[in-house]
Amino acid sequence: MTETLLKMRGVKLEGRSDEVWTPIINGVDLTLAKGEVLGLIGESGAGKSTLGLAAMGYTRDGVRISGGSVEFDGIDLLTASAAVKRGLLGKRIAYVAQSAAASFNPAHKLIDQHVEGPVQHHVMSRAESMADGIELYAKLRLPDPESIGFRYPHQVSGGQLQRAMTAMAMSCRPDLIIFDEPTTALDVTTQIEVLAAIRDIVEQFNTAAIYITHDLAVVAQMADRIKVLLRGDEVETADTRTMLAAPTQEYTKSLWAVRSFQRPVKPSVSTGAVPVVSLQKVDAAYGKVPVLHDISFDMHEGRTVAVVGESGSGKSTAARCITGLLPPSDGQILLDGQVLPPDYRKRSKDQLRQVQMIYQMADTALNPRMSIGQIIARPVHFYLGLTGSAKRKRVHQLLEQIELEPSEYYNRLPSELSGGQKQRIGIARALAAEPKFIICDEVTSALDQLVAEGILRLLAKLQDDLKLTYMFITHDLATVRAIADEVVVMKDGHVVEQGPKDTMFKPPHDPYTELLLSSVPEMDPDWLTNLLAERGVDNIGDAALDKM
Amino acid sequence: MGSVLKIILQRLALGILTLLIVSVVIFGAVNLLPGDFAESILGQGATPEAVASIRRDLGLDQPLITRYFDWLGGVVQGDLGTSFAQANFASFTGTTSGATTVAAQIAPRFANTMFLAAVTAVIAVPFAIILGVLAALYRNSVFDRAANIFTLTSISSPEFFLAYILILFLAVLNPIFPSLSNIYSGMAFSERLEKSMLPALVLTLVVTAHMMRMTRAAIINLLASPYIEMARLKGLSPMRVIVRHALPNALAPIINVIAINLAYLITGVVVVEVVFVYPGIGQLFVDSVKIRDIPVVQACCLIFAAAYILLNLTADIMSILSNPRMRHPK
Repeated sequence: MTETLLKMRGVKLEGRSDEVWTPIINGVDLTLAKGEVLGLIGESGAGKSTLGLAAMGYTRDGVRISGGSVEFDGIDLLTASAAVKRGLLGKRIAYVAQSAAASFNPAHKLIDQHVEGPVQHHVMSRAESMADGIELYAKLRLPDPESIGFRYPHQVSGGQLQRAMTAMAMSCRPDLIIFDEPTTALDVTTQIEVLAAIRDIVEQFNTAAIYITHDLAVVAQMADRIKVLLRGDEVETADTRTMLAAPTQEYTKSLWAVRSFQRPVKPSVSTGAVPVVSLQKVDAAYGKVPVLHDISFDMHEGRTVAVVGESGSGKSTAARCITGLLPPSDGQILLDGQVLPPDYRKRSKDQLRQVQMIYQMADTALNPRMSIGQIIARPVHFYLGLTGSAKRKRVHQLLEQIELEPSEYYNRLPSELSGGQKQRIGIARALAAEPKFIICDEVTSALDQLVAEGILRLLAKLQDDLKLTYMFITHDLATVRAIADEVVVMKDGHVVEQGPKDTMFKPPHDPYTELLLSSVPEMDPDWLTNLLAERGVDNIGDAALDKM
Repeated sequence: MGSVLKIILQRLALGILTLLIVSVVIFGAVNLLPGDFAESILGQGATPEAVASIRRDLGLDQPLITRYFDWLGGVVQGDLGTSFAQANFASFTGTTSGATTVAAQIAPRFANTMFLAAVTAVIAVPFAIILGVLAALYRNSVFDRAANIFTLTSISSPEFFLAYILILFLAVLNPIFPSLSNIYSGMAFSERLEKSMLPALVLTLVVTAHMMRMTRAAIINLLASPYIEMARLKGLSPMRVIVRHALPNALAPIINVIAINLAYLITGVVVVEVVFVYPGIGQLFVDSVKIRDIPVVQACCLIFAAAYILLNLTADIMSILSNPRMRHPK
């Protein structure tokens, strides 16, 4: 077998909360050979990022390594002095963070941040490293490699920044790179470009890598071997192909099965039915910048309309127009065939009640100082005028509807709930107004797959029980497949294509829908290779240029 | 760059408007002071006729609104008015020599104050920032605590106390600097500097704490950011992480605190001036209030207000410029 590069034995990590140290990782072994790529997967809270950082001998504030050993190329990182570790970090072990936008220093140009490592580690002179950086930018298919480095991080798009960060990690030609969810924050079409670029360059320099992600389909493309973590313990480790073909553990199987949820197809809308909400030739702008152009689509009772598109396509802006937060500059919005006043301040209480919203980040959408009971009681009182025991009874009812035990949750604060439970509270708050129409803005994208599936099932059940109409904003096509009746594809503020789901997922497609659909990673380890061959390398570069 | 210029012009216009409102407040407040110049100069022997006569000479019998617009009209044209005390003195002696206009009276004093403020700033600002950076670098260490205790003690002690301590140690026991700072026009720069040293050191002790603590806090605030983690994971030295990666992003709050402290140096140093007999604008201001020399009081107030507004404006603009998103739009 090949030479071992990284050897972690019985690594235990603890995190501090309220002055108590609680275990995050309970003794995990990890071995990585030179040039090997290991995928590390698990849900949020499984401790994969913490373990990834521990592989560099680094812990964040409030985390400590309480046992085990980390040996990199014969050097024990846990006992090595700070100076010795600094000599390795950046030079022989590099890190690529989840959000490149947050991990590049906003005050310095990309190239200055790129050359810092090589210059400080005395690997190359500034000029050499700069020339090398430009070469790496070209290798990673960044547009305009000669000059892109001379921009500041905010002047470059997210996908490009993620590639520039990979280039930065490569700047000293390290032996090991830790990739910590490098594509999680990106759109599917951008994700492909970054995945392809990372895979190429890791192969080319024979760099070993630990690839951390929660997306199985992504890890299938990148890793030679996969290790599954659950709440700080290893579930199983196997070669990628073996793991995909025959997972042995129950938990791994359940991860594999998540995407199976699918709703039965509903009969098509009878002609002449009045849509619950109808957008008619809506234009909208932020200040003088036009964002929506001539948007028209209908949403009928008891159905889910998925609005898909990449970030910046205008899907959330359309939602803001419907709620009246952003009055459209032209066109109109109809509720039950009646024209809605463009500004929410001019709408009647009943009109406001009919349109409710559920947000992406349940964390920030719930007032942290109010109890669950208070949060849900507020719209009950405001819209329906219930008080006292009637109000309390209604809140209990709502908690039952979202499958949370009222007596247990009524007095809790949002901080005492998990992410999925918080999102359920967000749903209960929307239901409290007894609306006809609910806008779900990326409600599952911050959640793990298993939890997200639970939320989707709940939304589907509520829709059947209450005849709700959903506008489901998402960039995740797997979610669309699971829950949508109709699909609206948006790009750059235009509706590109719309129609019932079953026709949308069947060819022929609009070229953009085709690009979007084919970019969703699949569980097949050869998917990326085949797709790249199909599209041709140049095509990917073009897609990147399109986004400039 | 056009957007930055637009913001600067907007802020400038807002600053002028603020100054105008402040002028109304100053004028109103000064005229609310009990007693007036005529009564205070005539003292015990004030007869109603004499008071009325002096009031008439100085225009104090005019309605408030008229006096305000007369004054404002003059100020806008650069004429801060005529000092009551000097005008009176001149009319008694029959000479017209000596400084009778407020501007001529204030100018040398203001220059002295600016000199002292500048000397203090040159010492205090780098000192405070370096101390803050070091405190952030060695946070929670003995050094950090010592720096915090030292600056907090110095800001909590009365200025005159600090002044006497420094006089004791740096002028009496070890005669390094003179204890009197009686500078005058025509003095050589080096001598001026030497004489201003003790008051400048006292003021440094007074203003360092704010700036140092803000530098420390602003830097530490950023240490949890992903880009600081990235800098550490690139194997950079802790000093480089702080100076190159944290400090440039912490500038905006630091600049604002510096501006407030510099404004304090221009407007609030009466006690230090008195202790060291330094002929600054603070002493002139207090003396003028004492004898109800209203034109001088008003002019001083206006200068103080302008200094505050101008320094805050500069701080705002520099904060904006310290943000690369503003300097380099997409």
